[in-house]
Amino acid sequence: LSRIGDELYLEPTASGLSLRAVNSSRSAFASFLFAPLFFQLYEPGGPAPGTECFRCKVHMKSFLGVFRSLPSLEKSVGKCLILLKPRASRLVLQLHCKYGVTKTHNLAFQECEELQAVFDTQCCSSRLCAPARVLAEAVVHFPLTLAEVTLGTGPGGKISLRNYTEDEAEPSKTMVTELWLAEDEFQSVAVSPGSCITFCLKEFRGLLTFAEASNLPLTIHFDEPGRPVIFTLDDTVLEVHLVLATLSNLESNSQTPLTNGVSHLPTPSDDFADDLGSYMVALETSTCEGGPPSPTFPLHTPRPAQRDPEEEDEEDEEGAVPGTPPHKKFRSLFFGSVLTPGGPGLAPTQEVLAEDSDGEC
Amino acid sequence: AMQPPASGEPFVLSASLDNARHLSNLLRAVHFQDHATCFATASGLRVTVEDAKCIQANAFIQAELFQEFAVQEESVIFRINLSVLLDCLTIFGTSSLPGTSTALRMCYRGYGYPLMLFLEEGGVVTVCKIKTQEPEDLLDFDFCSTKVVNKIILQSEGLREAFAELDMTSEVLQITMSPDKPYFRLSTFGNAGSAHLDYPRDSDLMEAFHCNQTQTNRYKISLLKPSTKALALSCKVSIRTDPQGFLSLQYMIRNEDGQICFVEYYCCPDENITEAEL
Repeated sequence: LSRIGDELYLEPTASGLSLRAVNSSRSAFASFLFAPLFFQLYEPGGPAPGTECFRCKVHMKSFLGVFRSLPSLEKSVGKCLILLKPRASRLVLQLHCKYGVTKTHNLAFQECEELQAVFDTQCCSSRLCAPARVLAEAVVHFPLTLAEVTLGTGPGGKISLRNYTEDEAEPSKTMVTELWLAEDEFQSVAVSPGSCITFCLKEFRGLLTFAEASNLPLTIHFDEPGRPVIFTLDDTVLEVHLVLATLSNLESNSQTPLTNGVSHLPTPSDDFADDLGSYMVALETSTCEGGPPSPTFPLHTPRPAQRDPEEEDEEDEEGAVPGTPPHKKFRSLFFGSVLTPGGPGLAPTQEVLAEDSDGEC
Repeated sequence: AMQPPASGEPFVLSASLDNARHLSNLLRAVHFQDHATCFATASGLRVTVEDAKCIQANAFIQAELFQEFAVQEESVIFRINLSVLLDCLTIFGTSSLPGTSTALRMCYRGYGYPLMLFLEEGGVVTVCKIKTQEPEDLLDFDFCSTKVVNKIILQSEGLREAFAELDMTSEVLQITMSPDKPYFRLSTFGNAGSAHLDYPRDSDLMEAFHCNQTQTNRYKISLLKPSTKALALSCKVSIRTDPQGFLSLQYMIRNEDGQICFVEYYCCPDENITEAEL
């Protein structure tokens, strides 16, 4: 989760403890749901009737700081107690260690709104499932500095992975790495032939590392370019989702207005020299029922000032991997906020789609 | 044996050590300032380092640890650049290959003379002359056993990680010692929040527990952090406080040959106490 965002969102629910993160450009979202059975003891301390679940967020670094030096942790820590104390505004993490020693960390948290990207794996036309190892071994061929990778389906059920290069780049000066995986390397393949999607590799690598360590098969749900790609890991006590925005094709340019009240957005201008020449397709707020294709519109990304690049780089163990580069090209994922019909038209320079709505239950 | 040329004044201090590491390791454990005061008597050598008029560290090497140790006067005292002294003692390198060691002979003719070091390893001899300075007044913490309010002795193994991972965004390290829970607690109040490390009195790490009164004192974390080096070398540490909250940390260090030496740290409690949340 720290590969995605700087803040860790915690939400204890009846179905388990949900940990989530989103990146600054809101083009990547991940959630880990630990079922009650994962824990020795799980008491969500349900909300009083009529109130919503308690949610909070803490600084990722503060939380990770409690669990530093993993090898020694495994040797010396017997159990970990997590307590959420709303009245004291503290998240308590207590490690019970060898020799009767107890380490108690009282982390300050902030209450927050729900963080939930809108996505539906049922809507995806393609699905792949492979052991994490297969994908990890494939991804290792790409340099750590590579920002985006393109996953494609080819003839004979083969799946390709290729590094994504920008159109402006000189073909003679760029190195292209492409590899093909046979259908039998996958546990299941149900794909639309000829489809391909491009997404951010860095955020995906984070999940891959986790998947490999936990030995779980990874399922990739995807659809047309521009629609988010959803990576899932499933286990009896853990459900993981990673939702990444994907690059849309320049060709797909339809602009049918959405039916649920989202304002009609202006057509993309031909002059997109300022942008990196990418258009994105928005997610729909309503659940997908084979609705009309979403409009595409110019990409206007949040200014880099919103993200602290040094901070992100510091968190990176590899060091060479840049901060989330696609925030220049990838549109924000739609985050389930309810826009009022006929609401203010979004100015082309405003990219406020991931609104945090107030008073959401 | 290396004999310095016989000339001039007799030496007021002369000492030989087969393995200079016995000295250099100990000195590193108190090396948080450039300068140190050396004090030699017939019982041995004491090297003192101080900072901010709040903290004092002493490294003791008894005369018995030296192959030869002779002090001609009642006591010999001088101030010296500890960084330079350490560089000289480790001139043949700091890595300890088994079977190799640097032999040391130290000579001092008295006030105004430099400290002479003769270091030999594998037949190569290095001679160092380090200027000595006027000794400065040292703090006297006046920490005697009769005044001790609380005392515990812990196996260093249990504290090493804790000290290495102290939240340095906290200005203070708070130490609570009590006959009741939490018995012995180290607390920090940093940017992420507060953290407490509790050691119960019946822990296997606890070698001795004599707490008579609940005391909570805060010390500037930046002053205590250097004691981590002494902790890393030691096998046991004794932690004592007096009625004013002055802290004494005594580290028992076993060198490569199994000989025991001591390092101690004394620290004043932090006067600027701001109300920190627990």
